Amino acid sequence: MTPLEPGRVAPGLQRAVRARGIELVPPVPPADDSLSRPPSAVDIWADRVFRHGARVIAWGTVALALHIVWSIAIVAAPSVREHGFALVTHSTWDANRGEFGILPAIVGTLYTSALGLTIGTMFGVAVAIFLSEGFLSSGVEALLRVLRVAEHPFWVRLPGAIEDALRATVELLAAVPSVVYGLWGIFVVIPLVRPVADWLHGHLGWIPIFGTTLSGPGILPASLVLAIMVLPTISAISRDALSEVPPKLREASFGLGATRWETILGVIVPTASTGIFGAVILGFGRALGETMALAMLAGNANVMSWSMFSPANTLAALLANHFPEAGKVEVGALMYAALVLLGITLLVNVIGTTIVQRADARLKGLR
Amino acid sequence: MRTAPTKSWLAGLLACSAACVATPTHAADSVTLQGAGATFPAPLYQRWFNEYNKLHPDVQVNYQALGSGAGIKQFTEGLVHFGASDAAMTDEEIAAVKDGVVLLPMTAGSIVLAYNLADGPKELRLSRAAYAGIFLGKITKWNDPVIAAANPGAKLPDTAVTVVGRSDGSGTTYVFTQHLSAISDEWKNGPGTGKSVNWPVGVAGKGNPGVTALIKQTPGAIGYVEYGYALQTAMPMATLENKSGQYVKADLDAARRALASVALPADLRAWLPDPTAPDAYPIVTYTWLLCNKKYADPKIAEALKAVIRFGLADGQKFSAELGYVPLPADVVTTVTKAVDSIS
Repeated sequence: MTPLEPGRVAPGLQRAVRARGIELVPPVPPADDSLSRPPSAVDIWADRVFRHGARVIAWGTVALALHIVWSIAIVAAPSVREHGFALVTHSTWDANRGEFGILPAIVGTLYTSALGLTIGTMFGVAVAIFLSEGFLSSGVEALLRVLRVAEHPFWVRLPGAIEDALRATVELLAAVPSVVYGLWGIFVVIPLVRPVADWLHGHLGWIPIFGTTLSGPGILPASLVLAIMVLPTISAISRDALSEVPPKLREASFGLGATRWETILGVIVPTASTGIFGAVILGFGRALGETMALAMLAGNANVMSWSMFSPANTLAALLANHFPEAGKVEVGALMYAALVLLGITLLVNVIGTTIVQRADARLKGLR
Repeated sequence: MRTAPTKSWLAGLLACSAACVATPTHAADSVTLQGAGATFPAPLYQRWFNEYNKLHPDVQVNYQALGSGAGIKQFTEGLVHFGASDAAMTDEEIAAVKDGVVLLPMTAGSIVLAYNLADGPKELRLSRAAYAGIFLGKITKWNDPVIAAANPGAKLPDTAVTVVGRSDGSGTTYVFTQHLSAISDEWKNGPGTGKSVNWPVGVAGKGNPGVTALIKQTPGAIGYVEYGYALQTAMPMATLENKSGQYVKADLDAARRALASVALPADLRAWLPDPTAPDAYPIVTYTWLLCNKKYADPKIAEALKAVIRFGLADGQKFSAELGYVPLPADVVTTVTKAVDSIS
């Protein structure tokens, strides 16, 4: 029996213990080489400095974000006063005549982002299902079984390794620089989609979205490249959402006689749907702010058209193109445009974060 | 045993740091000039500054090709020792510079219309009405009668014309739109002259490389790029009709004839929106270095003057191989005189 330390036991209890003939021993002072000792002054100070340092840096980040918004707003203020809401509704950007309007850029930003997101979501969610539901690993396992090496200690690790490799590859797409995507878009995507676009325009030209010919850069190639750029975001977050669906739901569904696909489409995807939706919204935020690839692929033409083959402009591309050479008045208008872009992005991100949090809260009851 | 490699490693580090420290101390009496501006003459300037540095290792010139507008801005704010611009500074801009401005035309270049026409004629001739009409968006097919009239016997395809402009502000755009304004009232009253304009039609690429990529990738495209750039990227260039109605191929001789037709005014701001010489290429421009009249540090002033003199004398021989127009001899004399006025 371990002797009790008198200092840690209440006096009443001590008495009761002694009455039962149990001996209380005084605490042994810790030996010098012991691990447990009271914190030294240095420890306390280090802890304090770290804590305050972390706090300062954390608040500094918040302050920095606010400062950026503030300094943009300061430069934009004269333009906001002068143009008011007209800048958002006007559609010509002509610095020579002092005419500033960003409506085509706003429409182009939303059009390319929405189209890119639609395509990116289809592929992103498909990749997420493929990876989280073990299609790849079970396929590889079946192949190994045919080759009669499924139980071999070396090969047994292969399915998991291949799945990891595929996941890493998809996530690697996020590491490709934007300008590389832009170049790839000009030299690969545009020539690739041109025949398809020409055919669609020739045969279905009466539908507004195929209403113009694809001259080269335009909304469609820009959106396709954007889709690839948002794919890693969407697939990574969707995969997390899918793999957080409690296993008991899946088992219950199988237990009721559902097939694998019925389970995936009827139970797992709907349960994870809010998480997937959050992923889409975060991808939308990424798409809105994308600059270089779009400046290279969207065509930088201030036109508004329903057609996805028409060139367009985006807010980020407008800023990137005009900023280096802009005079004072134009810089004000550009900063105004930056504020509008910031507003749209912030709104989208807040919505996305809220949805992801809701999804977490709803799933809690199921765990 | 273990310390030996560490020691040699340390020694190496020490040697390196000693060398690294040594360079600045050695360079204490050397001069570094900072410049920024136009991208159009950048390859030529970089070449000059490199060659000059080889001859005079104590003078180092950093030139950042940020664009003409940025060059004027940084120069006005005093962030660089000299600026460079394809569009000469306006009177207003000059008034804003405290230490005075000397504008020095250093080289000249022409702007060409490069196109992509797979089954087009070997030499595409464009009349003034044709290329103004194309950029205004009034001519939309390559077999338009206006284009066909200047190319008798040529087989022009029924391809749509895609106009490629510059999306970013640029001196090249300024010179090109200035020329269009000179030849077409409709352009003058429409998009007008500027470093970036509101293009009536077409798409736009960022920088000479962006425009080039778009032209090369788009059948039926036409756009304007600097001559040297079009030459390096082997793009076909249109033969343009000049003021006297002659069709002139874009080459250095035709550009030099255009320069010769314009006398340089006292402030060295010569515009050639539409050269008059009968066999001159129509879209030619000088490009300027922007220097202060006075520099606080005499060492900077002397180094800068020496570099510029080198560019005007020996530097001109690099022009042709890079696709720039060597300055006529009388221009060099005038500009060299202006250099001497810097103090």
